[in-house]
This record gives sequence, structure tokens and C-alpha cells, in this order.
Amino acid sequence: MKNSFLIRNPSTLWFLLALSLFTIGVTILSEAGLGIMSTSFVKTLGKTLCLCLIAVAMDVVWGYCGILSLGHFAFFGIGGYAVGMWLMYARTEGIVLEGFAAQTIPPTAQEITDAIGNQIFGVVGSSEFPMIWAFSDSLFMQLMLVVLVPGLLALLFGWLAFRSRVTGVYLSILTQAMTLALALYLFQNDSGLRGNNGLSGLQNIPGYENTPQSTISLAFFYASALAVALGYVLFAWITSGKMGSVIKAIRDNESRVRFLGYHVESYKLFVFTITAVVAAIAGALYYPQAGIINPAEIAPIASIYLAVWVAIGGRGRLYGAVIGAAFVSLLSSWFTGGGAPAIPLGFYTIQWTDWWLVLLGLSFVAVTLYAPKGIGGLFDYLVRKPS
Amino acid sequence: MTRVFVLLAMLLGFSPAAQAQDLQNLLQSHAQEVADPGRQSVGIVLDDLAGSGIPQVATFLEQWQEKNVWQGPEGLFFIATEDGDTLTLTDIDSGEQSTAPAAGFTQLKPNGGVRRVIGTALVQFQLMDPDLTRRTTAVASIARRPEPDQLAPLLGSIAGEVDATLKARKIQLANFLSASFADEAADRIAAIDSLATDVSVEARAVLNQILTTSPDMAAELPTDANIARVLTPGADMSLDAAYALLVDAGLAAPVTSQEAIKSALSENITGGRVGDMPLVQLHTLENRARAYAQLADAGTVPPLVTTGDRDAALAGYVFFETYDEADSAITDAAQAALASVETRVAVGQAADLTLDALSLASIYFLAAIGLAITFGVMGVINMAHGEFIMMGAYTGYVVQLFIPNYTASIIIALPLAFAVTFAAGVAMERLVIRHLYHRPLETLLATFGISIALQQLAKNIFGTQARPLTSPAWLDGALVFNDVVQISYIRIAIFVLAVIFLFLILFVLKRTRLGLEVRAVTQNPGMAASMGINPDRINMLTFGLGSGIAGIAGVAIGLYAKVTSEMGADYIVQSFMTVVVGGVGNVWGTLAGASLIGFLQKGIEWLNPSNTLAAQTYMILFIILFIQFRPKGIVALKGRAAAD
Repeated sequence: MKNSFLIRNPSTLWFLLALSLFTIGVTILSEAGLGIMSTSFVKTLGKTLCLCLIAVAMDVVWGYCGILSLGHFAFFGIGGYAVGMWLMYARTEGIVLEGFAAQTIPPTAQEITDAIGNQIFGVVGSSEFPMIWAFSDSLFMQLMLVVLVPGLLALLFGWLAFRSRVTGVYLSILTQAMTLALALYLFQNDSGLRGNNGLSGLQNIPGYENTPQSTISLAFFYASALAVALGYVLFAWITSGKMGSVIKAIRDNESRVRFLGYHVESYKLFVFTITAVVAAIAGALYYPQAGIINPAEIAPIASIYLAVWVAIGGRGRLYGAVIGAAFVSLLSSWFTGGGAPAIPLGFYTIQWTDWWLVLLGLSFVAVTLYAPKGIGGLFDYLVRKPS
Repeated sequence: MTRVFVLLAMLLGFSPAAQAQDLQNLLQSHAQEVADPGRQSVGIVLDDLAGSGIPQVATFLEQWQEKNVWQGPEGLFFIATEDGDTLTLTDIDSGEQSTAPAAGFTQLKPNGGVRRVIGTALVQFQLMDPDLTRRTTAVASIARRPEPDQLAPLLGSIAGEVDATLKARKIQLANFLSASFADEAADRIAAIDSLATDVSVEARAVLNQILTTSPDMAAELPTDANIARVLTPGADMSLDAAYALLVDAGLAAPVTSQEAIKSALSENITGGRVGDMPLVQLHTLENRARAYAQLADAGTVPPLVTTGDRDAALAGYVFFETYDEADSAITDAAQAALASVETRVAVGQAADLTLDALSLASIYFLAAIGLAITFGVMGVINMAHGEFIMMGAYTGYVVQLFIPNYTASIIIALPLAFAVTFAAGVAMERLVIRHLYHRPLETLLATFGISIALQQLAKNIFGTQARPLTSPAWLDGALVFNDVVQISYIRIAIFVLAVIFLFLILFVLKRTRLGLEVRAVTQNPGMAASMGINPDRINMLTFGLGSGIAGIAGVAIGLYAKVTSEMGADYIVQSFMTVVVGGVGNVWGTLAGASLIGFLQKGIEWLNPSNTLAAQTYMILFIILFIQFRPKGIVALKGRAAAD
């Protein structure tokens, strides 16, 4: 079975090979090896891998199943928040205990909790731990929440939406409304997640205070690469075989699949939920590398960019999504980070920090109009399709 | 009080025949009191001055209060300004000016208490000053700092008031003052009753002032006090607050706080122990209490007062709130008046909320109506719709740069914004959208690309800071019904604009050739084409029309909000939801959607007024659920037109 699956999807093997080579290359170049690549760049690459993972998930839900979800970054953000809560709690606990160690009288459990609460929520004028932080002292529970909360949310949302046959653009707008609602909720100071301050200091891993960031960043890079590899194989497996055919058929003509006797809603719900969970895992790996998460990350625009990446990379092929996410997000940070040289026109100088979004927007229009297959479509020229 | 009655007598025309006397003579008869006034003695002087009816009295009092009166060597009083060694003297009666060396003159410096008495006496003059602005200022100063003494002069000045507005204001103010300060309880109650219909903030403040309470406690409920209500510690007031009253009265010792215990323990550590308790075991409250008890037994610290002791002590007393006003008849009347006022305020607030919701609904309607045409009628998702709104607003801003007259600039900006966005819409339709008519999801993404490009372009051209779009002066201010119900003229204008557009769109779609062709192309492009309609042209015009209306909406929205490059993005999701909730392909549906969302959002904000974000969140959740149950919106198309 495994054999036949890989034979039917040679691109998966190629992708895994490229990913391994890339990982080895980064290791050699990083400070653990030759030291050519800076720690912050390793972090950028690690983050890019996480973005590739959510792009693959997006490709499955949109490119394969035809559901243009404009809300997958909500799940990404929830994953980040779930991990961030533990990181923040555990680190603050360490700091607070250190502070108490100087006092002669040992602190009571209540005093410790109060001090941690003060540290974390002082910024929003509170010191009480909200209900949602109930499990924040346990890494295991928070990791479970990374999977459970987005999974259940996607299940509930998808069940409601698919059950009432909300399709096409209506569903897109509905998912956008969902992520907007979540972002607005998190922006409130009394949401229990520090309002627009978000969670910060996530790059400090409790228990590894003395490990240099270069090592931590490499570890997260490996974890991200592994997650991408596993996610890729999982989705390649899902989208091949019988189920993959049904999923693709739903994209092409939903009513016809329904008339053939398949329970379309279940398939859609399955795809929607599993991609949401993978998106959350990507988020859980992304934010410890980014160091900070705030509600602006969940704003609807982020999810639309996700669709942009997938479209530019090429829908309906998993490696297309990876290429699109990596290409656009790295290019974007190159342009907006001031890496691109300004173009003097004599009367006006084009600063790329100002003009990059214009370029991106227009090239996106061009891709949609003239190259619907995206960058991934180029590979079709390399590989002759078996007739 | 005497001087007030003299004053009243004077007002009513019983002026004593003292007119012949001049002010200087009158002052000389009280020279001692004027030169060195005390709070008591100045009263006699003021009474005589007020009773004299001499017109210069008011000026003299003002100058006296401001320490500008000097006494000359012969004992005469002058108004003088000091300039080095010389004084510029003004005769009190004739106003003649002269100069004299400062030597030999002494400045009169009445102390603060006296000046206040003078000031109060002055009010009666100011209240009847022939100059309207001075009278208004006097009334305003009374309203700012009401005092019992001002009541009588105020009452006295009402009859002679010629200005109708100021007279009404004086009567209102007199009511406030007599509600608080009248001598007779009956007068106060009558005044309080008259406030029952007044919803102004001032009236409510007066009533609340009368009803102020302070907490108190006693072993038994006193019978002679005007008690507002009995308090149960733990329910009506916190246990700590109740106990604090006991502690303040010296009836109990304060509860030993955890901090106090902790610091007492850390001060009494001997050999790694407190009492017989090792330090490491002091990590629970029980152990700390035990250690403290040992210290207390040894007499090193005051005895432990626990929360249990506190609760036991509280049981022995009753707690209650007494009115600061002793007369229960007055407080009852105030209570009744306040209840009636609050009912009126609640009704007013409901009306105000309705107005607010109506204006929000019209904003949503304006923002969404263009979308209702492009999305609803043509089925094209235009994510750049918000940017068309922004373009319209910036057009208005640019027009104002060239035409400084705000009224003229708005009149020019409205059609110009329509023209600009119409052109942009047509260009977009020709270049992008017509290639994607059969791929709606890709239209969404392509127009999104245009949206971010336009947004960044606006940022590059106009900068990131908000630009003002100033409304003409006749739109400034608000239509004020009373202190509770008011609505700004801009919002009324937006409402009017929304209504105009509703009927304009309905007219275009239902009564014109273009509308007929649009509906034909919408329902069946192939059949329409075979009837001689050019679907390309119709699609282009429809899209232009929808975009143009977005431009006009942009001008309207820019008038009441700031113009930024992101303003469009703020409306796009709401606009889509308005269209979807209302029902696609129907102008009435958009109206219903906008009304529902507007009223709902204001309603939720009213339930939780501090939090607009929460209101938006709950509203979006509601819409998500709403679409589950009515996926086609409020006004769903039926039959063939409803086909996807």
C-alpha cells in the first residue's frame, strides 16, 4: 500500500529529498556548522517552513476540495496562542519563583499564582487568571489544546456551514467573518489573552534559559522541517487514492458527487477539520520562533495572503503551495526589510518598502488572469505527463 | 437677608427716596466699614448700597472686590489704578479722571471672606444689568457654583427679564436653587416636583445631590435619622467596608492582614524559626496564622484578628445609609421626582439609540448598496469595493485642497467622486473581471490583489496619517432635542443621502431602460443577448454604477470619519455581510440587512456600552449563525432568478 502510494506520487519523494537537502544545507551553513548563516535567518527559514505547512493545508482545502477558506489563519493563531500561554506561564513562574527566593518567608501557593497573574495581566489592568488559562501550567495539556480547540472549532463551524449548504463565495465570506470575529474578540483587554498586547517573550523556552538562541532556533527549524515533511506525506496520502478522487470531484462538481451517493458534507467536514488542525500545529511551531503573537496576526488579511501564496505557487499540487508560500513570504521580507535596492528614476525614487505591496497586488492579478496554474505550472514543462 | 428684601422692594418699584444722594456721601457715612470691612460689618454697607438705587453701585462693588478702590488723604474713595508713584483716579460718581501722587492714598484690601460676600451682592446687580451678555454670564456663574444666597436675587430678577431664553433659563435655575436651598420645606418640595419632567443633566444632578447618602452603623436602627435603606454586609456592602465603619468608630480592631502577618513573622525570626515553626513550613496560611498566634501569646505582636472575628463583630450591629438631608418628606419627593426623571431618560435613551442605530444602518447601507449591485446583481465579488469607498473619500479631500469653500467643494466632490470611481470600476471590469466571469473565487482573489495595490498606492500618495474631509458649517453641530436625545446633522445628512440612493437605485433598476437590460442580463445573459442587448456593455455599466455609488458613499463616510488608506478595509467585511444577510440580488434586501446589522450592533453596544469590540464580535457571530438558518438572506429570491 505504502509502496503503491509513493509510486503514484513520485513528487512526494522528490519533495522529501529536496526538504532533507535543504535541512542539511541550512545546518552546515548555520552557526552550528560554518557559521555563515545568522541565527535570525535560521529563524526566518524555520518560520517560512511553518508557513509552507499551513499553505499545504490551505492547498488541500482550496486547491483539492474547492473550499476557499479565508479563515485558516484563525486556526494558526489559536495554535500559537495555546503554546504561547504555556511558554508565558512557565517563564513567568520561573521569574516569580526567583523573586520569592530572596525572601525569608516562603511564599504560599496563592501568593505565587497572584504574582504570576500580576506579571502577565498587569499590562491589561488585571491580575486574575481567566478560565482559559486553567491548563496553562501543563505543557501536555496546552499541546492537546493546540489540536483540540481548532479541531473542535473547525468541526462546529464546518458542520454548521456545510449542513446548510453554504458554498462558494458565501462560505469564503463566512470564514472571513469567523476570523474577524476571533481577532476582534482577542483585541479586547478582557478577553483573557492580554488584548492587543498579545503574548510575548515566546522565544525564551522555559528550562532552556542557558541554551543559546542559535541552538534553539536550529531545533525549531528541525521540528518545523519534520512537521512539513509529515504534513506533506499525510496530505499527499489523503489526496491520492479513492478519497482523494472524491475530494477532487467535490471541487469540480459538488452536486454530481452528491447525486452519486457520496455524503459530500462529511468529506468536506473532514478536510476542513484536518487542515485546521495542521494549520494550528504550524502556528504552534511558528510563534515560539517569532517570539510574539498578537491579535493582528489573525486579522482577515492574513488568511487572504495565505490564499495568495497558494494561488501564486499553483493550486491543486502540494509542492506548488510550498513554493508559493516560501517564494512570496521570503520575497516579501526581502522587499519590506529594505533588502531590495531602490530604483532611482530621476524624478522619483522607487522605495520597495512603499511599492512592494503594489507590485504584489498587481502580479497577483496577473497570475490569476494569465497563469492560473501558478509557479508550480512550470514543472509541467519538466515532466512529460504519462498518457 | 435684609438686603435682599430691600432689593426686592426696589425691584417692585418701592424704591426709597434716596435717589438724590450720591454714592460718595453714602460711602462716607459708612467710611469706617468700607475702609476696613469685616464679614459681618460689610453686610450693613451692602444693604444700604443696594437700597440706595444709585446706578454706580454695581461698578463700585466690582472694583471694590478687585481691590481697585483707594481711600484718599481726606477720606474720599476713588477707583484708581496704580502706575509707579502716581495714581490714575476715577471719581466714583462722575467718572472724571485725574492723577495724584500715590503717597497718602491707601488701597482697600478686603479679605477673601468679604470679597465673597461682595461677590454675592454683586450677583443681584449683574442679574439685572442692561447688558444681555453680562446677565448671561451671571446666570452661568450661578449655574456653575450654586449657593443659597443667590436664590433670592435670582427670583427677583425673573420678573424683569426681557430676553425669553434667558428668562426660561433663570426660571429653571431658580427651580434648581430652591429645590436645594429654599427655606421652607414646602417650597423645596414644590420645586423638586417641578423637576420631575426635566431630563437635563443639571436637574438630575440637583436631585442626586439632595439624595446623597452616607453609610453609618449603630447597635440598633435609630428612629430619628432619615434612613435611605438598611444594608446587609456581604450583600449590599462588602464585609470589609462594613468592618471599616466599626474600626473608624473605634469599636473594633482592624483585621490583621496577610501582609501584616508576614512582616510580623519576618521581624521575629529566631534561629530559623518563628516560635516553634521552622521557616520552610511557613508556605501555608494556616501555618503562618499558628506562628503568629504564638507570637501574639508571647505578647510581641498585637493579637490576631481573623476574618472570623470580623464577621462575629459585624453581627452585633446594623448598617444603614442615611440621607444627608434630614427631612424625609424632601427626600421622598426627590426620590419620586428622580424615578419619574429616570423613566423619561430611559425613554429618551431608547429614542437616542434608535436614532444612532438608524444612522449606523444608513452608513452600512451606503457602503453596501454599491456592492449589492456588483455582487448581488452581477454575482461579482469585488474585494476592491472598500478601496473605491476610499477613492471617493480622497477625491473629496483633494477637491477641498483646491476649493476652500466647504459647501461648494462638497457639491463638486459628490459627482466627481462618482465619476472617478465609475471610471475606475469600468476600467477594472474591462481589464480584469470580464475574463473571470465564470470563476467567481478567482474574481475574489484578483480583486483582492487590486485592493492591496490601491491601498498601498493611496498610502504612497497621501501618506499614512488621516486626512480631514471637513463638512460645511451648516452640517456642524447636532439637532438637540434635550440632554438625552440628540443627533448630529452629518448623520442626518447621511441618512438623507441613503434614502435618496435607495430610491435612485430602485428607480434605475425598475423604471429605466438600463435597469431593464441589467435585470435581463442578470437573469439570462444568453437570452438577453439574443434579444439585442449587449451583455458586455451592460456588465460594464452596471459595474461602473456600483463602483460610482461606492465613491459617493466614500465622501459621505469621510465627512464623519477620518480619511485614511485603510478606511475601505474597515467596511468591506461589514458590507459583504450586509449584502449576504439581506439577501443577494435585491435592493430591499440590502436595506433590511443594513437595518438589521445597524440596530443589532447598537443594541449589543447598549447592553455592554464600554465595549464596541465585543459588540462587533457578537454581531458577527450572530450573522454567522443567521446565515446557517437563512442561507439566502432575509429577502430571498425565488424561482429561476435564485439559481446559482
